[in-house]
Amino acid sequence: MQTLDPTPSDPPVLVDETVDLIPPKSPRRIGWARRRRALSVFWKTYRRSRMGMVGLVMMILFILLAVFGPLFVPARNVSVAFAPGKPFQPPSLQWPLGTDNFGRSVLSLIVVGSRISLIVGFAATVVTMVLGAGIGIASGFYGGKTDTLLNALTNWFLVIPWIALAIVMASILGPTLLNIILIIGITSWAGTARLVRAQALTVKERPYVERARALGGGDLHTITHHILPNVMPVIFANTVLTVALSILAETTLSLLGLGDPNSISWGGIINEAFQAGALSAGYWWWIIPPGVMIVLVVLSFTMCGYALDEIINPRLRAR
Amino acid sequence: MGRKYLARKTLHALATLAFVLAFNFFLFRVMPGDPIRLLARGAATHMTPQRIAQIEHEQGLDRPLPQQFVVYAENTLTGRFGISFVTNESVTNVVARAIWPTVLLVGSATLIATFFGLWAGIKGAWGRGSVFDTSSLFGSLVLYSAPEGWLGMILLIIFVGTLHWFPAGQMSSNTGQTGLANVLDVLSHLFLPCMTLVLGYIGEYTIIMRSSLLEVMGEDFVMTARAKGVPDRLVRRSHAVPNALLPTLTLVFYSFGFILGGSVIVEAVYSWPGLGLLTYRAIQDLDYNVIQAVFLLFSLAVIAFNLAADIMYGYLDPRVREA
Repeated sequence: MQTLDPTPSDPPVLVDETVDLIPPKSPRRIGWARRRRALSVFWKTYRRSRMGMVGLVMMILFILLAVFGPLFVPARNVSVAFAPGKPFQPPSLQWPLGTDNFGRSVLSLIVVGSRISLIVGFAATVVTMVLGAGIGIASGFYGGKTDTLLNALTNWFLVIPWIALAIVMASILGPTLLNIILIIGITSWAGTARLVRAQALTVKERPYVERARALGGGDLHTITHHILPNVMPVIFANTVLTVALSILAETTLSLLGLGDPNSISWGGIINEAFQAGALSAGYWWWIIPPGVMIVLVVLSFTMCGYALDEIINPRLRAR
Repeated sequence: MGRKYLARKTLHALATLAFVLAFNFFLFRVMPGDPIRLLARGAATHMTPQRIAQIEHEQGLDRPLPQQFVVYAENTLTGRFGISFVTNESVTNVVARAIWPTVLLVGSATLIATFFGLWAGIKGAWGRGSVFDTSSLFGSLVLYSAPEGWLGMILLIIFVGTLHWFPAGQMSSNTGQTGLANVLDVLSHLFLPCMTLVLGYIGEYTIIMRSSLLEVMGEDFVMTARAKGVPDRLVRRSHAVPNALLPTLTLVFYSFGFILGGSVIVEAVYSWPGLGLLTYRAIQDLDYNVIQAVFLLFSLAVIAFNLAADIMYGYLDPRVREA
């Protein structure tokens, strides 16, 4: 037999261990509580991926290096005019990674270069994501003629070989940091757009979108409150992978001599070494270390990206 | 195969080509730095002002935009890309000379990378979690993360600079030998740039094949085959791999543009006399006519490869044709 609640006017409080004991009052707070819970579930899954965790730790180390590292490098270590060492010194106690053609410390160059390499990687990713997500959502959400046009544009950009397009644009626009960022973004948004469009197409058909529309939600409201949040996970994994690709793209452009000559990046260091004949002279310390840094930073973002992808696309998870 | 499918795909390829042609035109005329200024910037060090004016006239740069487009379309479709600012030679000739070395390099690298990449991917997926799988996956990720140009430099430092196993740079030793000796000479020059491209792209192919096979291994028909007692080797050979191979090979075709792009920097590192080295030199000299021609040629090659992939896919998988 069930006993009646002595105070029927009080609403029953469901105690859920994962939610705060005080029930949230406003829809906004319910939303945030839900998001916090989703995030903690996500983190628990992510933490189990060894690849993802190694990648994450490496990634944080690289970001710390780029943010704080340059503060500890004396300016004259990377200055052409006041270079402290003799040119082409092999690694020694004083210069752990030797010196370049001006007598600058290669180690200092690498520490300073981390900042530009990561800035280009992140900034180009922002351009890629804004273009790709914008065009993908517009294409999938509006459908019809807009979709036909934007989808054709996406397919064209998918086909044009990125390096050929980047070379043409860089040689016309000239090599500045901003141009390089824009060029990488413009040549790599199409893959993201296709991914986001596919996701937006399925999200659009879900019942809650129909409900929101029936309640009078406009296009902007539907996109920002219903489509975007549900496309976000796909965008997120793609973003992390795009940072890796952007850093590689910056390296390739620098190696082709299309990098910004006024800023030090890892690709730029390798290019200077190549131009100065470091290969035939055997100055390995000037070429190998910056490349190793590129491999490691790209690897860290790629590992995180793959781990995220496995969580978000569970089809690939171990059966 | 359905004629409609073929027609649709061909039409699509032609539309893409038309877009690239128009895009190329506007890229050089609408972006900051009009073609006359670009021409002057690129050619100034090599030519007299009279010669520049003459070239401008030949390429129709002194006429209004719509007329320029007509001249451009006419020139491009008949294969006239003007002259190289640096050597004064016709761009068509310069490019034609450089095509075969690139075909040899990119072709051999694609074949080798595809073969070993697919092999490693199949072996890895079938023994998921094995030592081979883990190490090949990790190796693939590392190789995928390495810039091709830098990989080429590393191989050059190790095998040419330190071990002296291979000749340095170019395509042959130019000693005028013929027959077998010449073939061996070219092969010894080809080996390192080819290996660089193979290492640069094998990781990608391994990962694609691996995940494609993993997906197929979860399908019901694989379980059915196992349940009725088909030996493991046969399940792999006749049930799982063929179904996983199809999307993978198509992706390999689609990714052709990347390996072609990778050849640019690899050719520059090894002074391999193909389109890549041509492009690299053209960038240094701001030789815009050459850059434009290579851009069109690369796009054309990739469009052709995509069309080939579509046709192959449609031929092998009837489901695609119907869609």
